[in-house]
Amino acid sequence: MEDIKMTEEAPANASRRNFIKGVIAAGAAVSSAAYVFRGNPLSGQASTPGSVERLLTLTVNGQERRVDVMKQETLAMTLRYKLGLTGTKIGCDRAECGACTVLIDDIPRYSCSTLTHSVRGRKVLTIEGLASADGTLHPVQQGVVAEQGFQCAFCMPGFVMATVGYLKTHPTPTRQELAHGISGNLCRCQDYDKILTALMKGAELMRGV
Amino acid sequence: MANKLIGQNYTTPDLVAKVTGQARYAEDHRAEGMLFAKLLLSPMPHARVTRIDTSAALAMPGVKAILTMDDLPGVTPGQTLGEGVVSTAQGELPLTMEPVYEGEPILAVAAVDEYTAAEAIERIQIDFEPLPFAIDPLVSLRPGGPNARLQGNTWLTPPPAAGAAGRGGAPAAGAPAAAAAPAAGAPAAAPGAGAPAAGDAARGGAGRGPGRGEGRGEGRGPGRGATPPEGGAPGRGEGRGAGAAAAPAAGAPAAAAAGAAAGGAEGRGGPEGRGAAPARGGRGGPGGPPQGPQIQELKWTAEDFAAAEEGQLPLGKPATEWIFGDVDAKLKEADLVLDETFVGSSTGHQPLETRTAMAYWENGKLHLYGSTQSTVQTVAAILRGVGMDPATDTDKIVFVSEYTGGGFGSKIPGSINMAIPALLAKKANAPVQLRITREDEHYIGRARPALHSRVKVGFRKDGKILAIDGFAIADNGPYNSQGDAGAAGSTISLCYQPEAMRWRTINVLTNTPPKTSQRAPGGMQGNGLMEPVLAKAARKLGIDEVEIHRINAPEGKAPLGPPAAGGRRNYVTSAFVKQALDKGAEIFNWQEKKARSGKRVGTKVRGAGVAVSAYTAGSIGFDGLLVIRPDGKVQIQSGIGNLGTHSVMDVHRVVMELLDTPWDQCELVWGDTGKHLPWTCISAGSQTTHAMTRAAHAVGTQAKKMLQEVASKALGGSPASYQVSNGRVSGGGRSMTFAQAANKAIELGGIYDGHEAPEGINAFTRRSVAGLAGQGLVAAARDTYPRDGQSQSYVAGFAEVEVDVETGAYKILDFAAVADVGTVLNPRSLQGQTFGGAMLGIGHAIGQHWVYDQHYGVPLAKRFYHNKPPTILDAPANFTFAALDIADPETPVGARGIGEPPCGAGLGAVMNAIAAAVGDEIFRRSPVTADMILTSLESGRRTTEPLTAHI
Repeated sequence: MEDIKMTEEAPANASRRNFIKGVIAAGAAVSSAAYVFRGNPLSGQASTPGSVERLLTLTVNGQERRVDVMKQETLAMTLRYKLGLTGTKIGCDRAECGACTVLIDDIPRYSCSTLTHSVRGRKVLTIEGLASADGTLHPVQQGVVAEQGFQCAFCMPGFVMATVGYLKTHPTPTRQELAHGISGNLCRCQDYDKILTALMKGAELMRGV
Repeated sequence: MANKLIGQNYTTPDLVAKVTGQARYAEDHRAEGMLFAKLLLSPMPHARVTRIDTSAALAMPGVKAILTMDDLPGVTPGQTLGEGVVSTAQGELPLTMEPVYEGEPILAVAAVDEYTAAEAIERIQIDFEPLPFAIDPLVSLRPGGPNARLQGNTWLTPPPAAGAAGRGGAPAAGAPAAAAAPAAGAPAAAPGAGAPAAGDAARGGAGRGPGRGEGRGEGRGPGRGATPPEGGAPGRGEGRGAGAAAAPAAGAPAAAAAGAAAGGAEGRGGPEGRGAAPARGGRGGPGGPPQGPQIQELKWTAEDFAAAEEGQLPLGKPATEWIFGDVDAKLKEADLVLDETFVGSSTGHQPLETRTAMAYWENGKLHLYGSTQSTVQTVAAILRGVGMDPATDTDKIVFVSEYTGGGFGSKIPGSINMAIPALLAKKANAPVQLRITREDEHYIGRARPALHSRVKVGFRKDGKILAIDGFAIADNGPYNSQGDAGAAGSTISLCYQPEAMRWRTINVLTNTPPKTSQRAPGGMQGNGLMEPVLAKAARKLGIDEVEIHRINAPEGKAPLGPPAAGGRRNYVTSAFVKQALDKGAEIFNWQEKKARSGKRVGTKVRGAGVAVSAYTAGSIGFDGLLVIRPDGKVQIQSGIGNLGTHSVMDVHRVVMELLDTPWDQCELVWGDTGKHLPWTCISAGSQTTHAMTRAAHAVGTQAKKMLQEVASKALGGSPASYQVSNGRVSGGGRSMTFAQAANKAIELGGIYDGHEAPEGINAFTRRSVAGLAGQGLVAAARDTYPRDGQSQSYVAGFAEVEVDVETGAYKILDFAAVADVGTVLNPRSLQGQTFGGAMLGIGHAIGQHWVYDQHYGVPLAKRFYHNKPPTILDAPANFTFAALDIADPETPVGARGIGEPPCGAGLGAVMNAIAAAVGDEIFRRSPVTADMILTSLESGRRTTEPLTAHI
């Protein structure tokens, strides 16, 4: 066994290669590119034949934002690394944890698994856009504050956005219904009981109760 | 103490930032010209890198630097690198040329973007020579079984010097006291004094500090309540620090076991997490030549394996052993003896925020943005990781960690990987962010060691436990010796109060990701082993399950662990577990749920179970620091990490309570070591609430006294004639505001405005006082309050499950928890912590696990959807909670910690509820899965492979 030399081509390297492919598939690598890359000769890898137009206008939190987006770039990376909207968190890169949830035309989506090009002409709402311009918190945010919801809160933006989206179509959920509605979001502090209490409070406040 | 603030709910001052997305976690920080780094991870469980050719990668445009093991600072044996990692020739480093688990980082590339960095890694030519590997501890213990390391499969200590013998030469067993002692500066217990389980040798806090060697912590053990005076001057430095490091190495697992968190003196309580410190060649502590443990081979015999019955854990030679009482006689005396094997699963900590870090250098100063549980205590570990000296270079780092997305023990400093972006930034002369993906995190993000355990328990017919004879094998991972197996024994001895007990352990090295303390390390596994045994005994003896817990519950200054130095066993500060059980039975409606337990309705059968757990909950000796500013605000400096427990805020309520001034007149400063923070405990071992309310009490008292003195000097009259209340100092018709007092303090200077530091505070705090000098009334004080016993907190958990016997699926209908944590500081957060901790245990009961391909030694469950941490739908539909709110008599505020104590209750109560529904013979390992239940019910016997690891 000791005599075997593993080389670049050997199957044993498969996991590393897959890992890198995974990163690329997740859009992690590419999207950070333009953040650093503006004016860099390397960013010329864009407009090959058949590629999409890179300069987009996105509607994010009610504002039109012009942004240079590679075709394989995910919305999470565009938001975080190009638009400075770091409130949207990346917990898993792969649609497992929901920390990156944003609303696209009022529907909760995992932004880590949404290509930025696919949201052209659609309304993107992130955690930063939830409060009013005068700073008044959205009722769901108010519910969280009222109940001291969440612990480390890394999952919080995703949970809040998922809840806001769910309540748009289910304004009077039971506790159990809301739990189902936001079950695509993971909390590792596992403060689920207090989270539900806070978000149910938010639902109440939305109804003006 | 009045309670305008303590025991009241409030909104933490960081919450709005969190809920609006303004809170910045490590990955949210940017710097101009920031590069991105990627890691090259080992594709094999164990290999030697025989060739690396980076030329093609370096030739790529946009690639700025490559970091390999050659770029790391040299190994100084005994230095702690954080995360329980002590620098040794066989210890863990951020990068390696001999990877010992799949996913271990070998090198890192910094490039203008991640895409380029990833492509550069593809272009690196690297050859590996595969080496033998071990994944399953039992397989490694078999005659001729594989070893995880070239040197062997376990850490063993050479027979220690005179006076240091542990039982039967058991390396770790004898030494734990030593672990605590040298570091703590406790006069008792020479290294290896044969007094296992040093009282206060916390995990986390045990022995080795950042090596400043400067303070001492508390002593261990009974009677040593007071904080010893600050230790030697900083000049004692590394020598002592290293000595301390070497000593616990000998025995730290058990020290960890003992577990009441460590003392606060600098030089210990360090960021290294609990546990063993294999400090090979480390300088000896007082009285001993260098005798650190070394990796050696230990195999059990074929007879050892043959002696075990089907499904029973074989018992061979242990590495550690302790005993009290006459176990054999007590077992003979028992009316019922149960002999049970239990196997758990190793699990990743999986904080939702991965351990991303960003670093840059400015004029020789390192600016590092990382994710830690313990702000102040991470500094020294980072400095060592980049080759600087905490004794002299503490002013050469600004460490920022204002918001941490969970740690659960994996980020006690979380520092080992922080060296990579820091050193890359230096090499590339540009800021570098190392963004850790979820898959990276699986590998480098730390994990809890599973225990293979077996226990023989003798019960009297009334349910009283007469004797426990237990053995635990830990899946140690490839590096430092872990404390879980030892801690399990200590927790068992506390929770179930046996009259006699023997506890044996061995840590077996495996080629799996590095382990470290995970929330209730060892304690949860101990409860997981014992709880089903108690439930089964209750059924066999015809005793109520609550009653059997009650008759064995710790009460008052209950003893724990093995005999310490002098032959006496250590004991806790207080315990009110019987009250917790009674309260729980009441709020859970135990009698009603018990009555319907085990009765089938259609395809469903319900079951109700109860469990008790305990864990360390407090250390002593740290500092509080505040400034009363000329604008009248009380600016409180918090060195605690903001990891989600709210203790970073909560403990300072004590200051405002003492100043009898509204909370909104206070401003908290936290999360940035450039802002002059006090010496603070690690946030681990559930010690923060206890340790830092004491420090807050000390500095609040000090600030009040200073305000009275300042008023006296400004307005006349004696200091004692002044009262402090509502932001004013008043007495005899005279009065001044805090703002006026602050201005007067600045005018007075010296001790009043920080130009002179008060006596007795730790050196780290002294520097911070100097940094704040002249900004107002500067108060600093150290916790010197006495304490008799080790601080532990307790939880009684109750669960009801409903099992579908046609599918094996089950859900948790109800969960109730009662916390015995002393005075309640923040009720809502306490409830959230209790539930979250219980959920962590529940996750281990119902689904969290690792899966390995045993043939190739590679993990198959690397992501959330593979290893299944609980979702909101797994949570009990109903949760009820109560806290006893009985003040701990050994701490001025009365509050103990809560983070870890609930975990075992969550695990145990749910498993006992399942057993109540479907019987005691269905499972002997966790998680308890639907297929395990279904196939066992159908075949009438346990069907799951009993002993194989990682299935």
